[in-house]
Amino acid sequence: MSRYFADRAAKRLVFILGVSAFLILVLIAVFIFREGVPAFQELGFSLFGTKWYPSRDAFGILTMLVGSVVVTLLALALAIPLALGCAIFLAEVAPSRIRQLTRPAVELLVGIPSVVYGLVGLVVLAPLIADISGQGSGSSVLAAGIVLAIMVLPTVTSISEESLRAVPPQYKEAALAMGATQWQTIRCVLLPTARSGIIAAVILGTGRAIGETMAMVMVIGNSPIFPDSIFSPARTLTGNIALEIGHATGTHESALFATGAVLFVLVMLINSIGLVVHRRMAR
Amino acid sequence: MAKWVYIPIALVFAFALVLGAGCGGGGIEVGGSTTVQPLAEKWAAAYEDADVTVSGGGSSAGVKGVAGGIFDIGAISRDLKSNETDKWPDLIPHAIALDGVAIVVHPSNPIDNLSIEEVRDIFATGTDSTWTVVSREEGSGTRETFEKKVMGEEEISAKVEFLPSNGAIKQKVATTSSAIGYVSLGYVDDDVKAVAVNSVDCATETVRNGTYPIARTLYFVTKGEPEGEVLDFINFCLSPGGQQIAEEEGYISIR
Repeated sequence: MSRYFADRAAKRLVFILGVSAFLILVLIAVFIFREGVPAFQELGFSLFGTKWYPSRDAFGILTMLVGSVVVTLLALALAIPLALGCAIFLAEVAPSRIRQLTRPAVELLVGIPSVVYGLVGLVVLAPLIADISGQGSGSSVLAAGIVLAIMVLPTVTSISEESLRAVPPQYKEAALAMGATQWQTIRCVLLPTARSGIIAAVILGTGRAIGETMAMVMVIGNSPIFPDSIFSPARTLTGNIALEIGHATGTHESALFATGAVLFVLVMLINSIGLVVHRRMAR
Repeated sequence: MAKWVYIPIALVFAFALVLGAGCGGGGIEVGGSTTVQPLAEKWAAAYEDADVTVSGGGSSAGVKGVAGGIFDIGAISRDLKSNETDKWPDLIPHAIALDGVAIVVHPSNPIDNLSIEEVRDIFATGTDSTWTVVSREEGSGTRETFEKKVMGEEEISAKVEFLPSNGAIKQKVATTSSAIGYVSLGYVDDDVKAVAVNSVDCATETVRNGTYPIARTLYFVTKGEPEGEVLDFINFCLSPGGQQIAEEEGYISIR
């Protein structure tokens, strides 16, 4: 009898916990959009204008939308080759002793708080970039892209490595038996077979990159302009919220929630695209 | 039988309640302006009759916090705005010190003096081949003083780096040879160089006698008339000893 109770209780408990995770997501979404509604109503499409100057009633977030996308793309462009190389090395090439050392090191990168990345970017990277570009303080799209690339590296690496390892060993053995070299096997058999996992890894990395806040505020300069080069500062959607929410009241506050809503939609869009691509590829 | 399910949940809630209660009790919470923060921290350290906790967040966060009951005292580095007094009519500002907003450049910069018009032009133009311009974010009390006293109708260019605290501005200016920014006088030290504005140095005397053009009053805001330990703390800050501490920290006493 008591075993029966325990079973029922455990089922209910995990049900409640599972549903509450979903409910939290729904509640957050409802809250963000509800708080953002006044800004949408009041500003309409001017919310997607190019000028952000709240104390003079200008609430255009287009520059930040572009800033977020540009920085994320730059970070991915830097991180994907590095992460793929790292994953292939760990899964196929590395002797087991080196693997035992390298893999935890890559995974440890996840555990470093983002403010520490930001600090390193601010103190080491920015002055270096200022020297190279010869003007400004080094707070730039480039600095932000590099910091972000390092931050998404472990996510993309470890998931890519897992999907490379998940390729059935017969495929590899068959390729090698037919006289393919190791590199040919990796390029023509392993990578194509694992591609859906690799794409999932990249999508997850993108999600992390676009949501990163603290490190971005510290290294990107937060200028609400369209970046005209990689040495130009910019502002991200997340940075806009973090920078000003403490001070904001009225329409300004609502416009920041609208910024959050736009970010929310953007992340949902990326994840949905990722899901669709993942399914198509898996078929 | 379903009630078994609720026991762990009830436990979690009970635990959360106990934790929450533990955080709420005792002491005075001061929060808001990062300009007032270092001064408030000194006062808190010198004050022995109660535990005073100081946090930052900016002037507007201070107003919101004290209105919402999160802080006992909200610290602001600007006047209360009309929309704030409309929304929370029972907020009372207490002037605690005066402050100057210093225009700061890298110590290696040979410039010693700028006119108000020159400063306005630099911030209206934004970062170019000569200057790397650094400003506070929207809503900062220091920025509001700067906009009111320097920019007037002009706007600060979007081609400016925006950083969220006096400390961050100072750090940026101290490490960038072409930088110009503005910080509270209390933050000025050897890492940065404060330039004279209209040939008037930013210093205690020039702010107090009104010749330095970018000056302001700092306030503690309370919800209703302060009483009990909050009143005692404010009186301590306003006492000669408290004002002495303000002077030592580079702020300007109000008496």
